[in-house]
Amino acid sequence: MRRMKWLVGAAAAAGLLATAAQPASAADPHRGGILRLVSASAGGTLDPKINYTLQYWTMYQYTYDGLLTFKHAAGSDGFTIVPDLAEAMPESQNGGKTYVFKLRKGIKFSNGKELDVKDVVASFQRIFKVSSPTAGSFYNGIVGADACLKTPATCTLDGGVVADEANNTITINLVAPDSEFFDKISVPHGVILPADTPAKDMGNTPIPGTGAYMFAAYDPNKQLKAVRNPYFKEWSKDAQPDGYPDEIHYDFGLAGEDQITAIENGQADWTLDQPPADRLAEMGSKYPSQVHINTLTAMWYAPMNVNIPPFNNLKARLAVNYAIDRNAMVKLFGGKVLAQPACQIIPPGFDGYQPYCPYTKHPGAKWSAPDLAKARRLVKESGTAGQKVTIIVQDLAADKAEGTYLQSVLKSIGYDASVKVLSQNIQFTYIQNTNNKVQISITQWYQDYPAPSDFLNVLFGCDSFHPGSDSSVNIAGFCDKTIDAAMKHAMTTSLTDKAAAAKEWTAVDRAMTDQAPAAIMFTPKYIDFLSKRVGNYIFNAQYYWQQNLAWVQ
Amino acid sequence: MSSSLPATSDLGEGLAAVPRPALGPWARAGRKLVSDRVAMGALGLFILIVLACLAAPLYATYVAHTDPFTSNVEGSITIDGQDVDLIQPSTEGLGLGSVPLGPTWDIHNYFLGADGQGRDVAARILYGGRNSLLIGGTSTAICLFLAALTGLVSGFFGGVTDMLISRLLDVLWAFPIYLLAISLSIVLISHGFTIGPFEITSGSLWLPIWIIAIVYVPYVARPIRGQVLALKESEFVLAAKGLGVPDWRILWRDILPNVMTTIIVFVPLMVAVNMLTESALSFLSIGVQAPDASWGTIIQDGQDLIYTRPWVAIAPGIAIVLTVLALNILGDGLRDALDPRAKLRIR
Repeated sequence: MRRMKWLVGAAAAAGLLATAAQPASAADPHRGGILRLVSASAGGTLDPKINYTLQYWTMYQYTYDGLLTFKHAAGSDGFTIVPDLAEAMPESQNGGKTYVFKLRKGIKFSNGKELDVKDVVASFQRIFKVSSPTAGSFYNGIVGADACLKTPATCTLDGGVVADEANNTITINLVAPDSEFFDKISVPHGVILPADTPAKDMGNTPIPGTGAYMFAAYDPNKQLKAVRNPYFKEWSKDAQPDGYPDEIHYDFGLAGEDQITAIENGQADWTLDQPPADRLAEMGSKYPSQVHINTLTAMWYAPMNVNIPPFNNLKARLAVNYAIDRNAMVKLFGGKVLAQPACQIIPPGFDGYQPYCPYTKHPGAKWSAPDLAKARRLVKESGTAGQKVTIIVQDLAADKAEGTYLQSVLKSIGYDASVKVLSQNIQFTYIQNTNNKVQISITQWYQDYPAPSDFLNVLFGCDSFHPGSDSSVNIAGFCDKTIDAAMKHAMTTSLTDKAAAAKEWTAVDRAMTDQAPAAIMFTPKYIDFLSKRVGNYIFNAQYYWQQNLAWVQ
Repeated sequence: MSSSLPATSDLGEGLAAVPRPALGPWARAGRKLVSDRVAMGALGLFILIVLACLAAPLYATYVAHTDPFTSNVEGSITIDGQDVDLIQPSTEGLGLGSVPLGPTWDIHNYFLGADGQGRDVAARILYGGRNSLLIGGTSTAICLFLAALTGLVSGFFGGVTDMLISRLLDVLWAFPIYLLAISLSIVLISHGFTIGPFEITSGSLWLPIWIIAIVYVPYVARPIRGQVLALKESEFVLAAKGLGVPDWRILWRDILPNVMTTIIVFVPLMVAVNMLTESALSFLSIGVQAPDASWGTIIQDGQDLIYTRPWVAIAPGIAIVLTVLALNILGDGLRDALDPRAKLRIR
């Protein structure tokens, strides 16, 4: 997903409090209070089937539930998938193509409606009806998905998601075994919503959920407010803990400098946004106990539109990759403590990651220096020199700095480059929509779940490219049938032989990196800067800081 | 008692009239302006600022030896024989972040330090001044031209013409200036503007020039129209009409010269106001577009460095203050020199 909040990794980083998730009982002195979050702007639609930003995915974990979910636990234990609305992890049947989930009873949505199997069927259909960004990449393996992708409005998933009301079970049938199926239904796009939720983007209107909290109000120009779900009763502390704060207020509109000042003054508790570079030293020296740094499986990258000039020319894309000084980009981001240069798509720590960097003065495993001479030569050979290029960035300090730098780089290799700054509220959807003819942008990607396909297939697979849609996370529009087939083969191999699959992913990573649909810039770390009063800091490797488990009193 | 004044020949020798060369009104105004030391000082300051900004390429190339438009994040300079990074990583505490080089106060070497991209702030301020002054001056010229045209036409012809033009100006006037300027900028800055064969691309300086010129037209056109309405009833105009002089000739020969003083007084004041407007739009990223600099864009760059390198924001702010102050003082001096009421008091 995009928009990573600063995620805390498994490493014992400074100030990390890696405690197990503690349920909040009514008598708990830490239960209560209002957690105050801030960000420069809102994260777009509140619809969990559509929103693909980290900003709201971290909130969906305590407002919505799926059949399964990632465990609310510290560190890499957060990658563990546990039953949520399903009573237990299902056994695979029919050669890995069928799963039967028994639904828990007695769970209610925040509007008082009791959860039943019809809600589950409708929720899976809705993934296609609202053209969720992952409909074609995560859920296309469900029987009936093909028809749903062709005509979403009439999606039924017949034979794919089958409800048995008498036994309170849901049977999901897949076209083929999928080793990542549990991951895919555990992410927010797979959450269960009331069956009568309209089949359209609900935008600013909160949709009832089964989580410990519910969205009470949303004004994207002002605030998002979450309060306790009055109908919630904890059924699994691993899947959906009760939570400590009574309310979570997310205020928008505060500039980066002001956010840091507010946190230092105790007027806010945490910010989503990357702190401005000039405040990092102050944070690290005056408020070290309030700073938590965590390793991320993520990347900052510049997708290049392979379908329009100049980046429909491979040499032009290669030139950009050779020209970028990744050390400079790391410096603009906050320095070596917070990021490391990257050339390839699979992040460190993932299966299949083998260091590979062809885009450096001395090609090999690691990036060392830009090669401007080669970049200029490639631009000349491509015949694209002098073309106008617009870089789309969002209006946060770090993004603008990276965009200004990239503009300078593009100019130095022969392009007439400019930067266009858009609100973070709309930039991510804007760059996805091919109607906007975005040539190059700067954006971020944080894992949806820990699998190489979540980077390679989701970002560059043919199924993720939807021309004319705001939900086309293959921003580059890249579709290479050979590489696509290799990715599908790797996903099949992973069902039986993880080691062999890892090797296949390594090969895919290299092939994709060589095609340069994007310029990978660096792998970031995540900073959580918290106010002094916040306690019980828990960093979950999947969803980052566990906001609902924070103590504010 | 005689009502007539004594003849010169009746005055004593010591009171004989001193012959004076005949001075026209413009010459008299010029003399008065020149004798206003404060106004002249302001003019001198303004000329100094303009010359400094015009010399920006010379400064960047031959004095500072920097390229203020190219990011230089990994660059370094030599200070007292030591290599110093332009962007310096922090070594305190957790070792987070980095800080650009601060002012060296060495005119040859990043005098005001570096900005977040490692660019020379002093050189950028000089280059930025060129754009700010260009936009301020050009938009003033266009604004005054359009305002004079509309004021003259609507005031002189009256009737339906006056009604239509006045209502159009009222519509423009109804919008708060900055709101209108921001709205127009946001709409036009993304795709540019094309009308017939004329095209203004999205990064062109002509966009903020035209936007700023247009939003201020009502504010200048109205006083001109008021003056024209008064002049229209004056004897020399009525006489000209009576003699059958064509309207355009009356406007050109009789009306325009009499409103010229008002227009001239507006010049420095509008340049100052337009420069402030341009700075505001550029600060909001909807005026001058990167990597082009203006004082507004540099202030915006400095916004993210306000805690560690405040000079990046303060220096262009000081430049704006000095320029606007100089222009306002000059405008006051011009008004005093050209004010016809002052001439009556002298008589």
